[in-house]
Amino acid sequence: MLELTDDERAAASGARGEGAGMAMRIVAEAARLMGALRLIKVASAHIDGALYHGDSGTLFAEKLVEGGARVAVPATLNVGALDLTGCARVRLEGRTREMAKRLMRAYEAMGCAASWTCAPYQAGHRPAQGSDVAWGESNAVAFCNSVLGARTNRYGDFLDIACAISGRAPDYGLHRPENRRAVFVFDARALQPELRNSDTIFPVLGALFGRIAGTDVGVVEGLQGCCNDDRLKAFGAAAASSGGVGLFHVAGVTPEAPDATTALGSRAAERTVVVTPAMLADGLAALSTASGDQIDAVAIGSPHLSLAEVDELARLLGQRAAQKTIYACTGRHVMKIIDADGRRRALEKQGVAFVVDTCVVVTPILPEKGGVLMTNSGKFAHYAPGNTGYAVQYGSLSDCVESAVEGRLVRTDPIWT
Amino acid sequence: MDVRGEVLLPGAARGRVLTLAAPISFWGGVDPRTGDIIDARHPDRGKNIAGVVLGLPGTIGSSSASSVLLELVHAGRAPAALLIVEPDAILLLGLIVAREMGWPTPPALKCPADLLQDWRGRDMAISEDGAIAAV
Repeated sequence: MLELTDDERAAASGARGEGAGMAMRIVAEAARLMGALRLIKVASAHIDGALYHGDSGTLFAEKLVEGGARVAVPATLNVGALDLTGCARVRLEGRTREMAKRLMRAYEAMGCAASWTCAPYQAGHRPAQGSDVAWGESNAVAFCNSVLGARTNRYGDFLDIACAISGRAPDYGLHRPENRRAVFVFDARALQPELRNSDTIFPVLGALFGRIAGTDVGVVEGLQGCCNDDRLKAFGAAAASSGGVGLFHVAGVTPEAPDATTALGSRAAERTVVVTPAMLADGLAALSTASGDQIDAVAIGSPHLSLAEVDELARLLGQRAAQKTIYACTGRHVMKIIDADGRRRALEKQGVAFVVDTCVVVTPILPEKGGVLMTNSGKFAHYAPGNTGYAVQYGSLSDCVESAVEGRLVRTDPIWT
Repeated sequence: MDVRGEVLLPGAARGRVLTLAAPISFWGGVDPRTGDIIDARHPDRGKNIAGVVLGLPGTIGSSSASSVLLELVHAGRAPAALLIVEPDAILLLGLIVAREMGWPTPPALKCPADLLQDWRGRDMAISEDGAIAAV
């Protein structure tokens, strides 16, 4: 049976305002349904609830605002359905556009930072290892748990903001150390070392990992010395798209896995999956749905591009212009810098369309006529066919840039040979 | 026949039981405006869940399932009641929020899978205390 502290009970009864009361009651009810025995304090929140799915979400957020609700902990916002900076034109009109905007404004009014990014962990929001937080959005959750070692469940719409306002979360799931232990090993050591040290492979491995994991926690072997934040970001986003992955460990890399034995809690793995070159080839092929050499657009930045990734885009493009638009999704934290140093204008002249505050698979930005979208993102590859109607060609950033310049599919990455 | 389900969210309701043949993801699986099952791979595709006593053998978790259920309540296209084999807190959050919004909220009860199959197509009444009876 869930037990609340006196303080929590007082908040739930509306002692700190009706909005705060509503938030505490939602967290407590969720805790009861999850079988939690108590609530725990959270240090921060990342909120996915400001993406418009229908009017009811807007009405919910506005009711919280009317009730005087404010976030009790630092809270960043994930993407919304609109680009409030005006960088990209989103094809939502009339009442839908108005309700989507009201939703975004309501979350800002509650004191959430207008970060509007799915990579908050590259925009300065990096909770301490071992701290309890309440994060939403599957890639952000995976990165937060796995790479930062902070503790969160996959908090979905409504519960994310309720946790942020109440400063509490149900004590269950990945908040509890016993549930963070790996139960299976994902062994990539059979793959060629140079392959393991390429950007292209991380979304592919992530998608394979997600399919094998379901919601189980696993530890990856064989990526020591091959990882950086952007690669782990790509792995986690793909894993959280193809499976219900909220936490993964990488032996010798992530904070709770100095080695596989530690990640497994010194117990035997329930299963070990050895990644073979054939599995990798299948995984690579599965990320593309198109055939032939047609491409109509390129989309990068799911999760949002880091400054380093924009640098790499600029380096690969050089002085050339793209024949097919390169949609580059990123956050204000990156735009502020490239706006100031002139790179934004230069890249826009070369055929790059920046998309800020949102991204091309959650809201209509890509031209309506459809066609083939090329991407280096495992997450875009997963969601683009269903959400945008575009077929997908997956490839490295370098091949994406070459293809955009040539106006047709170009593959030079050795992974295809 | 009169049995008692474990009350997850209380309420009274009645309606015809539609027990789905397979687990469903509300996000992407149910049209939030109409209640139509739209998942192309689901065996009950094309059926409508508005106003029925919906038997769920399982759910496929999506963090936006709660949004879809809240949207169905707001649109007046929610099921009359949910009978669930394994409670899915994220889905039920949609009902918790609906109640907070002051909208008419269907009850949710935990029920054994075999009873959900037996009740398929029958008219049942659910009472506040969790009693489920044929009408």
